[in-house]
Amino acid sequence: MDIIIDGIKQAFILLFTLDPEVLGITWLSLKVSGMATLISLLIGISVGTAVALTRFPGRRIVISLINTGMGLPPVVVGLFVTIFLWRNGPLGFLEILYTPEAIIIAQAIIATPIVMGISLAAIQHLPANLRLQILALGATRLQMVWILIKEARLPLLAAIMAGFGGVISEVGASIMVGGNIKGYTRVLTTATVMETSKGNFDIAMALGIILLLLAFMVNAILTQIQQRDRPR
Amino acid sequence: MNSEKPILDVKNLQVKRGGVSVLDIPSLQVPEGKVLCLIGPNGAGKSTLLLALSRLLKSINGEIYFRGEKINSNHTITVYRRHIAMVFQEPLLFDTTVFENVASGLKIRGMRHNEITSIVEEYLERFGISHLVDRSARKLSGGEAQRTSLARAFAIRPEIIFLDEPFSSLDPPTREALMEDLDRILRETHTTAIMATHDQMEALRLSDQIAVMNEGKIVQIGSAAEVMNNPVDEFVASFVGMETVLTGRVTKTYDGTFITSVSGRDIEAVGNVDVGETVVCFIRPENVTLSTGTSGDVTSARNIFPGKIVKIIPMGLFHKIQLDCGFPLVAYVTHQSLDNLSLRVGNDIVASFKATAVHVIRKEKLLLGKWYKMIL
Repeated sequence: MDIIIDGIKQAFILLFTLDPEVLGITWLSLKVSGMATLISLLIGISVGTAVALTRFPGRRIVISLINTGMGLPPVVVGLFVTIFLWRNGPLGFLEILYTPEAIIIAQAIIATPIVMGISLAAIQHLPANLRLQILALGATRLQMVWILIKEARLPLLAAIMAGFGGVISEVGASIMVGGNIKGYTRVLTTATVMETSKGNFDIAMALGIILLLLAFMVNAILTQIQQRDRPR
Repeated sequence: MNSEKPILDVKNLQVKRGGVSVLDIPSLQVPEGKVLCLIGPNGAGKSTLLLALSRLLKSINGEIYFRGEKINSNHTITVYRRHIAMVFQEPLLFDTTVFENVASGLKIRGMRHNEITSIVEEYLERFGISHLVDRSARKLSGGEAQRTSLARAFAIRPEIIFLDEPFSSLDPPTREALMEDLDRILRETHTTAIMATHDQMEALRLSDQIAVMNEGKIVQIGSAAEVMNNPVDEFVASFVGMETVLTGRVTKTYDGTFITSVSGRDIEAVGNVDVGETVVCFIRPENVTLSTGTSGDVTSARNIFPGKIVKIIPMGLFHKIQLDCGFPLVAYVTHQSLDNLSLRVGNDIVASFKATAVHVIRKEKLLLGKWYKMIL
């Protein structure tokens, strides 16, 4: 029992003294996962919307693949990104393995299908005639797509939360392609794994609490946006 | 009014779905400023025709001319869509305020904010929803939502408005009130309208012309009286001809009821009309009661007319009886009544119906309202 109480005590000390190493790790996690989520939004929402609005042969297979991708295991992503970025791999010339950029790439690959799948479902669930109604109001195709995305904004915010939640908490890919290098690619999850394996439960717990707080805060902000803007 | 040159001219319009022809319109002209109602059962092609005419359906064969200009390329379609508006059965409002909804078509056109505000206010006023301006579209009743949808369509001041069963999901009193407002606004704004409906009451109420559709084709097109009284075939007859449609002149009015003279017979009906006015009365066959007139039946009906049976048509659960009472009248009777009254073609019979059973349309209001006089 002591181990837990000491851990929590130590965790709060680390938090409130604004330990520079902990702050650095936190900031990197936020930056890397935020950037990965942003990339996944750009790709996920545009491709998801395009698939939802068009008809082409093999569309069902594409949708199945996207839905399967929503459950992509991070370690598998980590493995393939590592192979591609390996010195004599196809993208080895980039020389970005074991850098924050590599983590961003891996996390973006994990988050993109999540965002894509939710966007696809969100746009598909709008009433079928809504597209025709928007076009009949004189909209160009681009204006129509923009209005549809605005109409689906609530589920799309859920897509952002799911995407961000998926990557901020993922550890497998980050440790494989980032390497958990102190002060460079060490993020909250990889640091937590390492500290736990070393038996430093207090630090691990501090990192865990920060991770939870972070996830909570980001979701709280997005939920705030989602639930705001509801006229009476 | 430019009635010779149609605002829409359609030639050989065909739509195929999965190799099967679902729409086949060899020719159709829509006169400017008039209201054309498409009636027909579900699946008759009414909605498909509206989508094809509005060019929301891209894959069509044939030619559509808007004010003489052919609408075919992507460019002309986009330009054409800015001259038209469409209202569906569902209001399809955006998840924002009523104001923003009515403003949406104008925003799409890149109009300036102060201009938008004044136009939106005008149309909210016209549709009687000014008090809802800041309300969320999600919190409107069915009638309010459809009013918002109509205001949104009219706010872009379309030259043609397409209406696809706009009242179908509304309850009768709401529908009645909205129909009256729509009728007024169509005439005031002199907007050409094409409305699909499966309710002939709506069509009679709003239309200048009625087109009856079946299996992707227009089987008859003409004025309400033409279509109702002279159906071209069995289908039109069974779809619309069940109604008795009578044109008469008002000879006397008192206390909300009036007498109208139809072929020399006086029919009593309910409504506020003026003496000398031409009205169209129609009577649903199920509201007409038949008796042999010998049994001394007591009835509260104000309209009692002796007549002869012209034709008896079996209709499944009941029989349709066509009568000649000096004017044509149609009644339904059950098998049992047919036997009890021993109805035969050529028999004398007494038909009766209540004054309240007569639906009245003020023809002059419909055709020559004050807005027309103002334009003329």
